[in-house]
Amino acid sequence: MAATQKQPITGAGPFNGLLTWIDQRFPLMALWREHLAEYYAPKNFNFWYYFGSLSLFVLVLQIATGIVLTMHYKPDANFAFASVEYIMRDVPLGWLIRYMHSTGASAFFILVYLHMFRALLYGSYRRPRELLWIFGVFVYLCMMAEAFFGYLLPWGQMSFWGAQVIVNLFDAIPIIGPDLAIWIRGDYVVSDATLNRFFAFHVIAVPLVLLGLVVAHIMALHEVGSNNPDGIEIKKNLDANGRPLDGIPFHPYYTVKDAYGVAVFLIVFCAVMFFAPEMGGYFLEYNNFIPADPLKTPEHIAPVWYFTPYYSMLRAVPPMFNSQFPGVLVMGLAVVILFFLPWIDRSAVRSIRYKGPHYRWWLAAFVVAFLVLGYLGTVPTNHWGQFGGWLGGAERATVAARLFTVVYFLFFLLMPWYSKIGPNKPEPDRVTG
Amino acid sequence: MGDSAEFDPTRRSLLVATASAGGIAVVGTATPFVASMLPSERARALGAPVEANIASLKPGEMQIVEWRGKPVWIIRRTPEMLESIKKSDDLLSDPQSRASDQPDYAHNEFRSRKPEVGVLVGVCTHLGCSPQLKSVEDKGEMGADWLGGFYCPCHGSKFDFAGRVYSGAPAPINLPVPPYAFVSDSEVLIGEDKKEA
Repeated sequence: MAATQKQPITGAGPFNGLLTWIDQRFPLMALWREHLAEYYAPKNFNFWYYFGSLSLFVLVLQIATGIVLTMHYKPDANFAFASVEYIMRDVPLGWLIRYMHSTGASAFFILVYLHMFRALLYGSYRRPRELLWIFGVFVYLCMMAEAFFGYLLPWGQMSFWGAQVIVNLFDAIPIIGPDLAIWIRGDYVVSDATLNRFFAFHVIAVPLVLLGLVVAHIMALHEVGSNNPDGIEIKKNLDANGRPLDGIPFHPYYTVKDAYGVAVFLIVFCAVMFFAPEMGGYFLEYNNFIPADPLKTPEHIAPVWYFTPYYSMLRAVPPMFNSQFPGVLVMGLAVVILFFLPWIDRSAVRSIRYKGPHYRWWLAAFVVAFLVLGYLGTVPTNHWGQFGGWLGGAERATVAARLFTVVYFLFFLLMPWYSKIGPNKPEPDRVTG
Repeated sequence: MGDSAEFDPTRRSLLVATASAGGIAVVGTATPFVASMLPSERARALGAPVEANIASLKPGEMQIVEWRGKPVWIIRRTPEMLESIKKSDDLLSDPQSRASDQPDYAHNEFRSRKPEVGVLVGVCTHLGCSPQLKSVEDKGEMGADWLGGFYCPCHGSKFDFAGRVYSGAPAPINLPVPPYAFVSDSEVLIGEDKKEA
């Protein structure tokens, strides 16, 4: 559009001139309208629709606090642990910045898990939102990489042995595994070289990709429009101006709603950050307050809570053909299978409000499996003791983990069939309350 | 450009040739990026053999030396420990060490050059944690039928005093035996097996 054809901006008082000048050289108003003032979102968003914008908020928080932390942190095996203590004790309010960052990491995963669960509830991954969902799963993968690389940086016992375990997952890949693991570590063991490169991945490589994916995720969302708790398209009912009858402009309606969500979130976030930043060893593990020692494995190794469901699966799969690769494969597939969700859900309706009872029960079983696996991943395998002789003295927790791993996969593998079974309830023409 | 619908094979060939050359250049340029992440010369030099003095190692005791950043165990095994190794055959997943990693001179009953001195890489073959020595007295923790050996705290793999893994454990194979040699009766060189005493 040629600059002369644009209307001058009005209504911004003393800034009219400046904004008009910018708008004639940059699509300022077009972006504003497309993504905020004239982006029509369904009017029936509920509680579950807070978590996308909250995740974005925490992403910004992580980047801001991360930048400050890099000003004081030293990515060197000899200094890393001490530099984190230095941040905690000597840097003015350094403890606050670090607790914001560590609590933020856990908060990010809680919010994203709830955000993903919302998609499962209301079928937000269904056509035409497949690519939106795929970008989202890539964001989740990036977050896992980011969390893993970041966890090595404090160079505590759990940092070191956690990284050792995860890098050895690659070692289990047939043929190329051992060389690949050496290439990732840059050494024969997790060492200074590993710490240094993980720092590079954590502060620049992965965040760049993550930001790009988040932009793609939001662009895809604004292209297809938001889903809603009824799972019906608001674009089917338009008014005389071509605007959805059941849509309201994102700004000011949902900006205000989301600002309220941020306020409530910050109350909870600050309560954790100030009063329980370690969260009983779940957000910051006790063993990580001991400097890394390559010759001494801690009594019990567990990843941070957000990885534990997958860790449980890894432990649950027994070695086959003298290789522990099957466990690694199962763990990887548990994440990769998420990509296929848009195509394996064959239900005639999107939202759980109208889906038949089979989907509801399977979703409930899936949530239980995810939570139990998550819990089992935090405890040793002998936590629930052993069965009697009639089951060969097998460990109860291992058997439970195997059972729930199967449930986790059946939720996806059987979905093409059970999602087709009704009886579905009839979908309304217009969104409901 | 683009006016004529006619296919011009010369232009097409040029396009293919330049695109291929560009592709080769991209692969070539990627090489230094990938190669720079391999172990540096310094990391390789630190992988050199290490020597350990075991003169003061008492029977039943274990000494840990660091080789390539990994813990290597040297354990002076008592006759009872050797006896327990013989008894555990039926409980193991690879009693003959067929799928496991050891030099030829350690591919025998006790997986060592000398039965009384065991040398093992103390890194679990499951996911790289370091198992702990649990003597036969640790029955309270390990169960009444425990014969003594090693226990991995990460995922519960059990090994006998020759580093052989118990069946049903998550670890797939026995603990590796590193290349080693006796320089004298009291000195072991780990990481090299050429120098025979």
